[in-house]
Amino acid sequence: MEKQIAMSNFLVALIPLLPLLSFLIIGLNYKKLNKTITGVLASGSVFISFILSVVAYFQVKAGATFEVNLFEWIATEKFVINFSFLIDPLSSLMLLVVTGVGFLIHVYSIGYMKHDEGFNRFFAYMNLFVFSMLILVLGSNYVMMFIGWEGVGLCSYLLIGFWFKNTEYNNAAKKAFIMNRIGDLGFLLGMFLLYVTFGSLDFKTVFSLAASYPVGSTIIVTATLLLFVGAIGKSAQIPLFTWLPDAMAGPTPVSALIHAATMVTAGVYMVARSQAIYVLAPLTMDVIAITGIVTALLAATIAIYQNDIKKVLAYSTVSQLGYMFVGLGVGAFTGAMFHLTTHAFFKALLFLGAGSVIHALSGEQDIRNMGGLRKALPVTFMVFLIATIAISGIPPFAGFFSKDEILVHAFAHNKIIWGLGFFTSLLTAFYMFRLLFLTFSNSFRGTAEQKHHLHESPKVMTIPLMILALLSVIGGFIGIPEVMGGHHALNQFLGRVFTAPAEELGLSHSMEWILIAITVIGAVLMIVFAWLRFGKKNLVPAGDEAARPALAKLFMHKWYFDEIYNTIIVKPLFWLSEFFHKIFDVKIIDGIVNGFGSLAVWAGGRLRYIQTGNIGFYLTAMVLAVVVILFFMLAI
Amino acid sequence: MDTVVEGLKLMPINNYIILSSLLFVIGLVGVLTKRNALVVFMSVELMLNAINLLFAAFSVYHNNSAGQVMVIFIMVVAAAEVAAGLAILVLTYRTNHSIDINLLNSLKH
Amino acid sequence: MITLAIIVIPLLVAAGLFFVKDSKAARSIALVSSLVTLILAGVAWCRYLGGNTESLQFSFTWIASLGVNFAAAIDGLSLVVVLLTAVLFPLILLISFKSEYKSSFYALAMLMQSALFGVFTATDGLIFYIFWEMALIPIYFICALWGGENKIRITLKFFIYTTVGSLLMLVGLIYMYLQTPAPHSFSLAALSAVHICPCYQVWVFWALFLAFAVKIPVFPFHTWQPDTYTTAPNAGSMLLAGIMLKMGIYGILRWLIPLTPDVLAVHGSIAMILGVIGLLYGSIIAIMQQEVKRLIAYSSMAHVGLMAAAAFAMNTDAFKGVSIQMISHGVVVVGLFFVADIISRRTGTLQISSLGGIAKVAPRFAIFFMVVMLGAVALPLTSGFVGEFLMLVGLYQFNAWIAAFAGISIILGAVYMFRLYQRAMYGETTAFTKNFEDIKGLELFVAVVLVIMILVLGIYPKIILDIL
Repeated sequence: MEKQIAMSNFLVALIPLLPLLSFLIIGLNYKKLNKTITGVLASGSVFISFILSVVAYFQVKAGATFEVNLFEWIATEKFVINFSFLIDPLSSLMLLVVTGVGFLIHVYSIGYMKHDEGFNRFFAYMNLFVFSMLILVLGSNYVMMFIGWEGVGLCSYLLIGFWFKNTEYNNAAKKAFIMNRIGDLGFLLGMFLLYVTFGSLDFKTVFSLAASYPVGSTIIVTATLLLFVGAIGKSAQIPLFTWLPDAMAGPTPVSALIHAATMVTAGVYMVARSQAIYVLAPLTMDVIAITGIVTALLAATIAIYQNDIKKVLAYSTVSQLGYMFVGLGVGAFTGAMFHLTTHAFFKALLFLGAGSVIHALSGEQDIRNMGGLRKALPVTFMVFLIATIAISGIPPFAGFFSKDEILVHAFAHNKIIWGLGFFTSLLTAFYMFRLLFLTFSNSFRGTAEQKHHLHESPKVMTIPLMILALLSVIGGFIGIPEVMGGHHALNQFLGRVFTAPAEELGLSHSMEWILIAITVIGAVLMIVFAWLRFGKKNLVPAGDEAARPALAKLFMHKWYFDEIYNTIIVKPLFWLSEFFHKIFDVKIIDGIVNGFGSLAVWAGGRLRYIQTGNIGFYLTAMVLAVVVILFFMLAI
Repeated sequence: MDTVVEGLKLMPINNYIILSSLLFVIGLVGVLTKRNALVVFMSVELMLNAINLLFAAFSVYHNNSAGQVMVIFIMVVAAAEVAAGLAILVLTYRTNHSIDINLLNSLKH
Repeated sequence: MITLAIIVIPLLVAAGLFFVKDSKAARSIALVSSLVTLILAGVAWCRYLGGNTESLQFSFTWIASLGVNFAAAIDGLSLVVVLLTAVLFPLILLISFKSEYKSSFYALAMLMQSALFGVFTATDGLIFYIFWEMALIPIYFICALWGGENKIRITLKFFIYTTVGSLLMLVGLIYMYLQTPAPHSFSLAALSAVHICPCYQVWVFWALFLAFAVKIPVFPFHTWQPDTYTTAPNAGSMLLAGIMLKMGIYGILRWLIPLTPDVLAVHGSIAMILGVIGLLYGSIIAIMQQEVKRLIAYSSMAHVGLMAAAAFAMNTDAFKGVSIQMISHGVVVVGLFFVADIISRRTGTLQISSLGGIAKVAPRFAIFFMVVMLGAVALPLTSGFVGEFLMLVGLYQFNAWIAAFAGISIILGAVYMFRLYQRAMYGETTAFTKNFEDIKGLELFVAVVLVIMILVLGIYPKIILDIL
């Protein structure tokens, strides 16, 4: 038994190290390796990690908790940060999502990136990303989490700007990194406050010490709010969400892996992980719920008017992340993690499906130039349809269960939040089916050249799609609510982590059934509405410059967030930089310094004139000086 | 000899001081105003001798011979100075054909 | 004796090198000498870890009547900077092989190394001051002889500025010396044992602080720095930014804080605020810089601003953070100037607008630059993170608001560094970068060493943290 545990510790360490190893091998030999070897190596390493995660999952399910301490990383007198991993149910769930979905996306990428000259570089970055994400998930203290937190930010930067010849892509990458850094500052300060308060940043220590603090104490509220700022940046919530739509500049598998399934959910994971302190801060919970619901609604309104297939999905991701935060904010931690998991399935599937479409159209992303792809891309259509149904919340697909759980909790918590959440779910069903109909139904609107080249993607791409589609269908069964006679397997699994007693909903079963019925009927109506507009009537959105009502214009221009940030932050900062440099530094500060020099030169120039060389003048000066001296001597 | 000394003491010391001050100021004004180096020299001599007079007078009044030693000393220095100074003047005259002191300003540049 | 050896060996080599005409021979000798001192520093490290500190100190009577001893010792703090100097010198010399320097350059570099070791080990105030000034002379000549545009004027300003600061320090030291019980002594122990009225300590504090502040440089005493870094030859910039400005930080920790303990609470905070202002100010200015070396100069000013601020936080976390950041910043800034050196030698320009697309033609160089940049923006698992993290933790314990303001620099740092990287490395190639040759051979070796140091210090910082 002893030996078995020790073995497991080594294997636990292998989970993140394998992708790292693969990254190093590919990264150092990126010129020599051929594409097949790279593809197998990169996917294989993630696959082995996945297998190990599954093994770990079963052991965790049986009641084990792994704590692996590799070495002491940073240590001062009282401040000790260990480089250590922790697998409990929460991280185990994330492990499965990251390595599982990550593996599928890696396989898919082999096909998608086949003709790209940066193939090896791409897989090196992807492996590095998986490594960072696993560190984030596995870390047993906040600093370890922060390593992964910043690491995934870096990989996101590298992958968004993967096609680095394009300046716009680079700007998007830089924007993503910098906006993430704004959040990271909050995360850092939150960590500092926790450290100063508890003398440790270890999850276990912090949580057990925090338990003795009263609910709503200022320190806990401040710390949780600061940490939440980090989550806002990473998970693209208001006001830091504008980087995520721009991040679609990266290759589509990147959008699927990083900007839908894993990295952007890190904020949700972090809050869920810190549940023990968040439940002590009701104010923070309210802030989270409000931020979440506003983001969900706002992003959904924008998504309705987007015409880039990936942008629609990006805003949908922002919106769904908002849902997860609503779940966290209303205390449905399991629900949030549940939605995180199902969202990883169907959103990755949507992105990969979109990638398949883009692949078939040789890079076309505007849905106004698509249409009628159902026949040319049957597999893609099928999986896309499944994912769209799942995200719209139609039973028994995965999205229905998770979304429902969050909405029911929201209803019990606050009716307004439920109302807005319900409205958002209607919008979601509408814009997703709008996307589906515009892309796949009716006839093709692109060029004849594109039409000629239309083709279904190769097997290496479609098989991961089918697996994800299967997961999108059945993924919800891990959390069948009690009201439907299920016993919510996920809730039981995670129950060990979420220390606070599960909140009594205080809703009768009939009330729950009514809520479910309302949302499902609403979603179906919206689907029909979308079909009438874009399926039957075959309406195509007008060009970007076409005249629109004011509200539509506002939505289409993303509520002018980018413009506002540009005006109130970016431009003043540039101006300040120029001002500090050209005026303040050179003219004023350096002017003073040089002024001292000039003063010396000037004084020397003046004093020089005293040395006339005229003896008479010297003598006169001497006599006068003697007289003055005598005068003073005698006066004293 | 004593009677001579006594006789000198009959005149108040103030007279000596006033006379030597006058001589000193005349010399000083000469030094400051005259441009001819020779005249400047002579004025300097006048100043030195005014001081000499004062030294001698005080020496008598205080019955202290140190003053007279000083007088001899100053006369020696003055003689040496004249020797050196006149030599400079001669050289200056040879180069400049003038002994105007305002021409002696080449240190300025 | 090791301490004496690392001071004397470079000095003797420097003296000898002034008579060597052949620059190839001179550089080999200098390199060998720097490797010898590196080994000696390594030995010192081992002895220190072995607890054998006796053998790392020495003291000779120099001017008996004034109580001046030629005394030096290596303790934890000294060891950090001694190691930094010992490691960076061979690298800087290797980098300088690519440029054509005369043999006198190597003589001056060796002279500087000797002086730096002296500064970092001296335990006698007057000896410290002498080495302090001695370090200035070679760098003055290096900048004035091999510098770029306007070199004389700019170098003279640098020289006068730092000398004025140093003289104030001398006054402060002499004042403290006169307060020691007779017979007076300049030794660190004697000077820090003196307890004078805080009303006088204030003057000593500012006299010493000004000397260090000019050298570091702390806002608003920094204006010599961007010009000097830009004009100086690349090797000179590396010596200045990589090692020499650590003299100021070291001076604060070693001399200023022990000598004026009573006024630190108030006046140390003022100095700390100056440091944080410099941090933000330098970061903001760096955003819009159009020239690579000038951008590095302002970014360096930002980094050292944080170090200067954290030095006054007066807790272990900040102290350890500053110490490890001294090494990290030295390595990173040498890496950055190495990048600038490579770019300027290949393309003949350092204007950011003329660059672009280098990552396409020189992927190895792109990786190297990326790692150095990540070190500069303090990404976790690079050396920069450990230092900045500990410093911010330390500052936070002192005052949360100061830490919050200082933290803004991690955002601004990302802005200017990523801007530089993007403009230089990404996008389309330009006429200047079209034929950019990737790094190989000697350059690759140096790059790999720098990358390894950045990563090792980031992943296993205990090797340094343990000696403090």
